[in-house]
Amino acid sequence: MSGGTLNLLIGLAMGLNLLALGSNRLPSLIRAMSVQGMLLGLMPLQLEAENLDWRIVLVVLATLIGKGVVIPHLLRRAMRAANIEREIQPFLGYVPSLLLGACGTVAAVAFAGVLPLLPEHAGSLLVPGAIASVLTGFILMIGRVKAISQVCGYLILENGIYLFGLLLIHSMPLLVESGILLDVTVGVFIIGIIVDRIQRAFDSLDTRKLTTLRE
Amino acid sequence: MNHLLLIIVPLAGAGIAAAWPNNRTRPWLLPVFGLAHVILAFWLFVNPPLVAPEDSFGFDPLARSVLPVVSLLFLICAAYGLSYLRIRSERPNRVFVALLLAILGLLSAGHQARHLGWLWITTEAVTLATVPLLHFNATPRAFEATWKYLLVGGTGIALSLLGSFCIGYASLRGGGVGNLTFAALTAQGTGLSRPWVLAAWVLVLVGYGTKMGLAPMHTWKPDAYGEAPSMVGAILAGGVTTVAFTAILRVRAVVGAAGEGPIADRTLLVIGLFSMLVAALFLLGTRDFKRMLAYSSVEHMGILSLGAALGGAGVAAALFHVWSNGLTKGSLFLSAGNIRRAAGSRSMDEVRGMSVLTPRSAAIFVTGMFAVTALPPFGPFFSELLVLRAAVASKQGVATAMFLGCLLLAFFGMTRVVFGIVDGRPRPSTRTNAKRFVETAGVIVPPLVLLGLSLWLGLFTPTILREAWLAAVAQLFPTP
Repeated sequence: MSGGTLNLLIGLAMGLNLLALGSNRLPSLIRAMSVQGMLLGLMPLQLEAENLDWRIVLVVLATLIGKGVVIPHLLRRAMRAANIEREIQPFLGYVPSLLLGACGTVAAVAFAGVLPLLPEHAGSLLVPGAIASVLTGFILMIGRVKAISQVCGYLILENGIYLFGLLLIHSMPLLVESGILLDVTVGVFIIGIIVDRIQRAFDSLDTRKLTTLRE
Repeated sequence: MNHLLLIIVPLAGAGIAAAWPNNRTRPWLLPVFGLAHVILAFWLFVNPPLVAPEDSFGFDPLARSVLPVVSLLFLICAAYGLSYLRIRSERPNRVFVALLLAILGLLSAGHQARHLGWLWITTEAVTLATVPLLHFNATPRAFEATWKYLLVGGTGIALSLLGSFCIGYASLRGGGVGNLTFAALTAQGTGLSRPWVLAAWVLVLVGYGTKMGLAPMHTWKPDAYGEAPSMVGAILAGGVTTVAFTAILRVRAVVGAAGEGPIADRTLLVIGLFSMLVAALFLLGTRDFKRMLAYSSVEHMGILSLGAALGGAGVAAALFHVWSNGLTKGSLFLSAGNIRRAAGSRSMDEVRGMSVLTPRSAAIFVTGMFAVTALPPFGPFFSELLVLRAAVASKQGVATAMFLGCLLLAFFGMTRVVFGIVDGRPRPSTRTNAKRFVETAGVIVPPLVLLGLSLWLGLFTPTILREAWLAAVAQLFPTP
């Protein structure tokens, strides 16, 4: 495998993490998330270039369509329905989240160096990229108040997990992979419906208003 | 092959329910398929089949030790559902009935999953299938609860997938060939890469712990249990949490085989005691009797986790507690549902004197409360006693003291709420509301049966059940 191209793609994905953390407009957040998803979706082609079979092509197509088309479309629809364009007052400001994300990325690279890897994965950015994306997802989910931003955070977290799953694409039964894709898609589909309903019930997508249930 | 029927039959039922045209007769599918499932489950329980190590699903000793109670709980809740859905006949129940049956099938699959990937897929599917049930009432509060459930539960399920990947990588790093059945992983033993196993354990514990509702990942629980219909709450508390618990036990066995058992036990002990403490403190503060049940559930998940940390005797006690807690909590949920419907509110600020308005439900509720706070001779008393004995036997002095202290605090908290709503003179507004609710046999018998089963379990724990729990322990802690 040509590790250089793969690392370049992962590096791009990590850059998109920071873009997602720094953007206050929802459309750009959604775009960052979906471009990242599509980048990841292309990676199996790169990884398995020698022994490409129809199952891998199917996974690639499903990821591209799911993360590149269906999910962003649903999110944009929810966004238009709620008539919101941007986060006004996040819990965690954009500069602090960016700094946190940058520190997290550095820490991820350092931490991945400690973990014992198989020789063929040693030089790749897969593990640090995965950890960094998971962290980014968490920062977005905790630091943002709009439901759509939190869903984007969740998707970036999922992207990180997918990135990690690429380490196992050789040996894990494809069954598991297709199950994951299905679940992710269905999960977001349902989240999309909920967002729609929340919007009807609350007239905004502000999760700060979800505070009736408390002690 | 029969073990697959446990999965296929309810799923087929779900399909039929989705296609069934009549809203009034559709709920009957619940007890029909529930009964078929109970018969199958207990038939398999008495005649346990041989399970090949490479099977992805199998009615193995661990599944045998808990799946029958989930099945039984479902059947009784389904019987309650007949009356409940008749009362709620204004709402379409197609999705509700179909998804409940689907959840039964998926729970059967999850309990029997002997493959890391399938275990995750079924748990994820259960999580998704629960979502529409939570907002069956379609109030803004129900939407809020559903949103939190999705976000917290979704994150938990994502982390458990990451944990499963880490186990996969630990196996690869140790020379494995990608066989993710638990049998193969355990056989690999110390060959698994330890740093990856530890990373996996943390992620799996947090992930499936969220599903189980261990503190501090329990935040979805009070909202979800509070807003969901009571029968859904009972199935969540007795069935869905159990599948997460067995998942943790299965992964714990792999971690133990890799030689990191002591660390796993210590984390289980700490998280279990922390859950009990958090639950006890919230029980002292809450004024809502359905949320009270959620905190009580967090407390009992803490007891399960504590039991799981205490070696073979503790795990056997925890499996016993799965039975006694599931049945008792079920009766509490169903009777609380009756009281909630009659009173029109769930807060002890507004609800008083329910022993006058709904005498039967109130009696079941009070008795169930005593049963779940470990009054002899109900089931929870004996299972908690066994956990306590395991804790003393393994010389966990501080843990034992904390365990008893939390039980006491929880008892204070629960009696405060329960007697607050049962005693006194009902408010006039509650009186008029309660006139519309009749305590028919359909809503009284199911919780009463559950309570009776809890009593029976405490008084006459059948030998075959004890053997089933010990067989599960032998599966999880194989003697070399």
